[in-house]
Amino acid sequence: MLEIKDLHAQVNGSEILNGVTLRVNAGEVHAIMGPNGSGKSTLAQVLAGRETYDVTKGEVLFDGKNLLEMDPEERAREGLFMAFQYPVEIPGVSNTYFLKSALNAIRKHRGQDELDAIEFLQLVKERMKLVEMDESLLNRPVNEGFSGGEKKRNEIFHMAVLEPRLAILDETDSGLDIDALRIVADGVNKLKRKDNAIIVVTHYQRLLNYIIPDYVHVLVDGRIVKSGSKELALELEEKGYDWVKEKAEVEEAR
Amino acid sequence: MKSITEQAAWYQSVFDALEKSLNGEAQSGFHVLRKKALNRFKEMGFPTTRNEEWKFTNITPLATTPFTPVPAGTVARIAPSAVKHYLIPEAHSLVFVDGHFSRDLSTIGEMPDGVIVCSLAEASRRHAALLERELARHAPGEENSFVALNTAFSLDGAFVSIPDGVRLTEPVHMLFLSTGKPQALIPPRNLFLVGAEGQVSLVETYAALNDGVYFTNVVSELLAGEGALIEHDKLQNESRSSYHISWTHIVQQARSTVTSNLVAMGGSIARSNITTVFEGEKGLCTLNGLTLAAGTQLIDNHTTIDHASPHCESHELYKAVLDGKAHGVFNGKIFVRKDAQKTDAKQTNQTLLLSDDAVIDTKPQLEIFADDVKCTHGATVGQLDADQIFYLRSRGLNLLQAKDMLTFAFAADVVHRIHVESLRERLVSLIHDKLHEGRISS
Ligand SMILES: Nc1ncnc2c1ncn2[C@@H]1O[C@H](COP(=O)(O)OP(=O)(O)OP(=O)(O)O)[C@@H](O)[C@H]1O
Ligand SMILES: [Mg+2]
Repeated sequence: MLEIKDLHAQVNGSEILNGVTLRVNAGEVHAIMGPNGSGKSTLAQVLAGRETYDVTKGEVLFDGKNLLEMDPEERAREGLFMAFQYPVEIPGVSNTYFLKSALNAIRKHRGQDELDAIEFLQLVKERMKLVEMDESLLNRPVNEGFSGGEKKRNEIFHMAVLEPRLAILDETDSGLDIDALRIVADGVNKLKRKDNAIIVVTHYQRLLNYIIPDYVHVLVDGRIVKSGSKELALELEEKGYDWVKEKAEVEEAR
Repeated sequence: MKSITEQAAWYQSVFDALEKSLNGEAQSGFHVLRKKALNRFKEMGFPTTRNEEWKFTNITPLATTPFTPVPAGTVARIAPSAVKHYLIPEAHSLVFVDGHFSRDLSTIGEMPDGVIVCSLAEASRRHAALLERELARHAPGEENSFVALNTAFSLDGAFVSIPDGVRLTEPVHMLFLSTGKPQALIPPRNLFLVGAEGQVSLVETYAALNDGVYFTNVVSELLAGEGALIEHDKLQNESRSSYHISWTHIVQQARSTVTSNLVAMGGSIARSNITTVFEGEKGLCTLNGLTLAAGTQLIDNHTTIDHASPHCESHELYKAVLDGKAHGVFNGKIFVRKDAQKTDAKQTNQTLLLSDDAVIDTKPQLEIFADDVKCTHGATVGQLDADQIFYLRSRGLNLLQAKDMLTFAFAADVVHRIHVESLRERLVSLIHDKLHEGRISS
C-alpha cells in the first residue's frame, strides 16, 4: 500500500529525514518510535504533503501512485489521513461543517454521492460513539478551546468519519488520560480492516498494548535504525534508545 | 471641474435649480438651514489628502465629477419584484429610489401607539415641530464638507420616532436603491429618535440595481434616550463604480445601549464615519465593522467614541478582508474626557490581506484626559494561517475551499453579531459572492 524508498527531507537547508525506507501493506499496523526530534512528525507531515519540507531525494508510492506529486488534498482524497500531534485550532469553523465538507470532497473524488445534512448527521452520531466523543464538541469551532485530550479524540473522530485507507497517528496517545487512551485505542481497532493500514507514532509502549503492531520501527536522526516485532517496544521501554543509537553508529562506521 | 471655485460654482448652480423646483417649501425653516449649509460647503470645499482626516483617502475623482440630484419627477419606476430581493421580510420597509421615497415599494405595518415611521418629507409636513427641534442639530455640519453638502441638498430620508418605554418588535429597514444613474447625487438624510427605555432595530441598506458613477452622501442622526436599547445595522453594498460617503452621528443618554454593525463592501471609494457621544453616565456602545474589498476599491471606516461622561463602556471590533489591489483604511478615535472616570473602552482592529497588492492603513487614536480608566486597543494585520490551511487540506479540502472557509470564518465573526436574522442570512450569501468576485478580479 505504502512504499517509502530512501526518503530525504530538509527544512531551511538542514536535513531532517536522512534516508527513510519503509513498506506498509494493507492490513498491517506499524509503530514508529524514537527520541524527541528524531523526525517522526516530519515523516508524517511529509507524507501528508506539508510544503514546509523539501523532499531532496527518494520516492513514496501510495498504491503504486507517486504520492509526492500530489497536493495534500489529493492525498486525503486518495485515502491518506494524518492525525496531528498538535491539532490546529480553526476559529469560526464548526467541527461538523468542516467535516461534512471534507467528507463530501472525498466522496466526490471517489465518485460517490455527497451526503445530505440528515445522512451526514446519522453518520456522525454513529461514529461519535466509536470514540465516545462529547456531542458538545460537534458544533464548536474545530479544536478551538478543546482540551489536549479532546483534540486528540477529535482527530480520531475525524478519522472515523473519513475512513482512510492509511492512517498515520502522530502521538495520538499523548494528552489522553488512562480511560480515554483505552477508548480511543478501541475506536482505532474497530476501524481496522483487512484493506486498510495504520502507522502509529508513539513514545509509549502502553498504547501498543491496545493497538497491537505487526512491526515496530525505531527512527533516530531521520533514519530507521532498527525494526522488529512488538517485543522491540518492550525492550525500548526497558532500555531506552541509547543501545539502538550505539548499534546504529557502529553499523554506520562499518 | 478641477478647482475649488469651479466645484463651488457647480453646486451653487445645482442649488439654484433645486430652489426653483421647491416653490413654497423654499420659505420653510429647514430651507434656511440648507442655504447656510451650502455656503458653509462652498467655504470649505471638498477635503484633500492634506487634511489629516483624509490623508489616506483621495477623493479627487469624486470632487471633480459634477453630481446633481435626480429630480423627483424623473425617478425611474421600479417593479416591486425587482426590489423584493433586497428587502428584509420581517421588517417595516421604507424604500428610496435614487434618494426619493417610494410609497409603492415601501411596506409599513401596524405601529404601536406613538411610533412614527415615515419618510422625512412626510415628517416635515406632519411633525414639523419635532423636526425643527432635532433635525440637523447633532451631526457636525459646521466643520464637515460632506455633512454640509448633505444638509444643502437633502430633501428626503427616513424618520423613525419611538416614544418613551415603547419597544418596536420588528426592525425598520431603510433601503436606498440606486438605479445607477450617472452623476446622480443621492443625499439621504435620516433621523432616528428613540425615547427613554425605547427599543428598536434599524437597518440601512445601500444597494444598486445597475452600476454607475453616482454618489451617495448620507447623514444619519440617532438619538438614544435614557436606557434605550438600539441596534443600528448598515449594509453598504453600492455598485462598483459609485462613491459612498456617510456620517452616522449617535448621541447616547444615560444607561442607553447602542450596537452599531457596519458591513462595507461596495463602491469604488467609500467612507463611513460613525460617531457616538456619551451624554449621560453608564452608557454602553458596541461598534462592529466589516470591510470586504477587492479589485481597486478603497473602503475607509472612521469611528469616534466620545466618552464625555463617566462610567460608560465601549467595545469596538473592526475587521477587514482585502483582496486584489484593494485599499482599506481604519481610524478609530476614542476620546476620554477629563470627567469621564471609570471609562472602559476596548478597541480591536483586524485585517486579513488575501493578496500581496492589498493595503491597509490603520490608525487607533486614543486621547485620554481622565486617570481612572481602562482603555485597550490592538491592531493586527495578517494573511491566512499556513498551518490552518494545511490542516484543512490534509482532510480533503482543496486550497480554494480551505482559504474560503477560513476567510469566511474571519468575516462571519462580525456578521454573527447582527440580530436581524434575514439580514444575517443575506450577508452570508453576499460574503460568499464577494469572496468569489475577489478571486476573479485578482
Ligand atoms: N518547520 C521546521 N523548522 C525548523 N526545524 C524543524 C521544523 N520542523 C521540524 N524541525 C526540526 O526537525 C527535527 C525533527 O522534528 P520532528 O518534529 O519531526 O521530531 P519528532 O520525532 O516528531 O519529535 P517529538 O517526539 O518531540 O514529537 C527537530 O529537530 C525539529 O526542531
Ligand atoms: Mg513529533
